[in-house]
Formats: sequence, C-alpha cells, structure tokens
Amino acid sequence: PCLSPGDTSVLAGLYGPAEAKLSKELPDRAALEVLLRPKVGLPGVLERSREQQLRQTCEAVVLGALHPRTAITLVLQVLSDAGSLLSCCLNAACMALLDAGLPLCSLFCGVTCALGPDGAITLDPTARQEQEARAVLTFAIDSRERKVLMTTTKGSCSVEEMQQCLAAAQRAADTVFQFYRDSLRRRYSK
Amino acid sequence: QVWQIRLDMHLLNHDGNITDAASIAGIVALCHFRRPDVSVQGEEVTVYTPEERDPVPLSIHHMPICVSFAFFHQGTYLLVDPSEREERVMDGLLVIAMNKHREICTIQSSGVVMLVQDQILRCSKITAVKVAEITELVQKALENDHKARKEGGKFGFAESIPNQKITAFKMESAAVDTNNVGEQAGEIIAKADPPSEVFANPILHTPGTAQIGEGIENSWGDLEESEKEEAAEEEGESEAAAFECQKTETEDTSVMSETKKDEPIVLSDSEEEEVVILEPQELPRKTR
Repeated sequence: PCLSPGDTSVLAGLYGPAEAKLSKELPDRAALEVLLRPKVGLPGVLERSREQQLRQTCEAVVLGALHPRTAITLVLQVLSDAGSLLSCCLNAACMALLDAGLPLCSLFCGVTCALGPDGAITLDPTARQEQEARAVLTFAIDSRERKVLMTTTKGSCSVEEMQQCLAAAQRAADTVFQFYRDSLRRRYSK
Repeated sequence: QVWQIRLDMHLLNHDGNITDAASIAGIVALCHFRRPDVSVQGEEVTVYTPEERDPVPLSIHHMPICVSFAFFHQGTYLLVDPSEREERVMDGLLVIAMNKHREICTIQSSGVVMLVQDQILRCSKITAVKVAEITELVQKALENDHKARKEGGKFGFAESIPNQKITAFKMESAAVDTNNVGEQAGEIIAKADPPSEVFANPILHTPGTAQIGEGIENSWGDLEESEKEEAAEEEGESEAAAFECQKTETEDTSVMSETKKDEPIVLSDSEEEEVVILEPQELPRKTR
C-alpha cells in the first residue's frame, strides 16, 4: 500500500512468512527483516538506523511465535519526501502487515511532532517546518491503549515538552487509526 | 571540473517489459532534470544556488526510446511490448532503440530465434510509429509539468496517485469461471483414494521422544548390506578401543576379511571404462 500524508509517499511491500535462510532463521519466532530504500542514491547509514527502528516496532506487534523458522521481509521504497518520513514509513509498514494478514497483537501508527523555537507543537510537519524546528520527535503509538512503542528524537527538548508532544501525538493517533479503518473497509467491502 | 550525473531507477511493479519502461523513465528524468547554473570567468568558476539563479536543463540532443518485440514459434508470431506471462514463454527477444528522427540507436537480439532481414525491417517500422507516439506523449507531459510549476499548481508524484494515473498500483483482476467448481470438487473427492490410516496415538519412549506410526523397511538392497558392514566395522573399532592391543588387532583383521569379500560394484555406464567403487580404507589403528 502507498501512503502519503501531504506529499510524502512511501510504498510498502511485505513478503512472508516464507522460508528463511539457515543463517537467518530463529528457532522459536519469525525473523523480521526491513529494507528501506531512499528515493535517491544507495541505502546508507541513516536508512540502516531507520530500518532497525521499524524492525523493532514491528517485532513488538507481530506474533512471531506463530510462525517459527520463517522470514518476514518488509521492503519500503521512498517515493517522495516532504517531511515526516519516518512516521509515514511506520504507517505504511502497519498497513502492509494488515494487508498481508499477518497475526498482530495490536496495530500501530507513526506521528511526528516538531517543536518550534517558541515551544509551539506542530504535528506532521513539512520538510521546511522540520528544518526550522528546535526538536523533531517521532512516536510509534499502539492501537489498544495508545501506549508508546518507539520514540526517536532529533534535537533537544525538555521532559515536559516531550510529555506534551506525546499527549498531542496520542490524540492524533486516533485520526490515523480511523483512516486505517476507513481504508480497510473500502478495500474489503467490494 | 565536470558535472557528474546519477540516475536512480526504482522498479515499483514488474508486469513485463521493464526495458521499455525503464528507457522511457530514464530519458524523461534526464529531460526533466535541472542543474545549478554556472558561470566561468577565466580560471574562476561560480556555481549559483537554485535560489540565486534558476537551474538550467541538460542539453539533450535526442530521445532514444526502446521498443521490445517477443517472438514465438521460430519467428511465426510477433508480439510488441510483451507482458510478464508472455515474456516467460517467449522464444526470442528483439529490442530496438530509436529516436523520433527514425535513427536506430540500439538493436539487441537474444533467445533461440533466427531472425530474417525483412522481419527486422518490419520491427523497425513498428518501432518508428511507436516512438513517434511516445515522444509526443513525453513532450506533452513535460510541458504540462512546466506549466504547473510556473503557475504554482501542484505537481509531482504524490499528485498523480489519487488520480489513478500510476498504473503500478493497479492490479487487473482476471475473471475466473467458478460455475463448475462445486461439481469438479465433488468428482475429485469421489475418485480419490481414501486418506491413509491416521496414527493418532504417539508412543512416548522417553520424555521428549515420541514415535508416531512405524517406519518402513529400507529397500536399497546391495548398498544396504555394505553399509551395514561398514557400520559393523565401525562398531567393532569403537568397542575394540576399550580392550588390550592384541585383541584389537585380531578384531581388526577379522573385520578386514569381511570387507574383502565384497565384490567391487561395477556401474554399466556407456562409454566409460570399468568403474570401481572404492570401499573406505581401514584407518591405521594407534595402539596404546
């Protein structure tokens, strides 16, 4: 599925659970692998770090114990980047997991917050807003109790500000989960 | 000092003929690209940022576009722009790259088909027609984009998605006739053998080891005998290690005689000389 809040687009493809290579298989769980391909150039260190963050978030929700010794591969291709890329990737990943019918214990969504120099919180910032912000925080929020699955911060902010951003993100998560519901309803109602 | 240009192509969906699609994508990307403006005064080179001066396009002399042809049945059938299924079963492939001035830039032929001259001429005529159409499409698209950018409208990849313009995201559903499925399934079940006996009770040997059903006899014949003897001599060796030296030697010799009894197994492969299978050699025993 292709997800684009504003003008950021990420295409996600999920393959699995399929047979894993001997070197990669885990005896009790499915081995999850994430590949993030940037729009221009070859994947570098930043992509590797994003891949690990996505992988750990997905592993927290996927019931890997139901498919031991298999490999689940998630490939994300960045089509265009106009800000909030990581949360777009998180949303695309969750929709891919849903679309493929993998067993999950909950859904998750990604929300990005930008903290302006004056302390104003902007959700899902554009590339320009991200650049001008003092800190950019991305949260992966789970669907059952709106708990935090993963946090990434770029820049510096105080603990109170982070709590405020988190509260705002949790409220925004509702909109995203409603979007999941609507798109799935559309897809399966034909 | 020169500019280095890098073209990254991402394949979103492979439904056949990626060569053509990639060639169009590549040439359009190069035509669309704008590089920073530069001014050279003697030895001094100034590179302007996009904010200072509008970036300039690359100088593209012509636009070569590939067209692929798939051949079937030794050249009897010809398909232009094959789909994935057609590609998989084709006999031969001919790729012609041409520009709108009807100049052939590349010809590549692969596969097991021998092509005749007039076939290739026919293909190049088809290519000329196709390339003219595609080049016109490309020019129009570039103009539209240029206009949209000047007038401040929205453009780019994200815009094309909601309008269903990107066919990579569309999946054509093939209609399947399911009228007779119920009958067919019933027939298959009636004709099939009943499922083999199900062993529902596993026998527990020790905690952690269970046996379900009984294994079948190994039916390899000759090979099995020599294997058994090899297994016997290995067993003999390991037991012998616990005994004194002399006793081990006698055991060894007795085992040796057993193996010598085996005839070398000769395979009757056509032109080859007598093939002899070597039995594994007895390892020299280290006496304590």
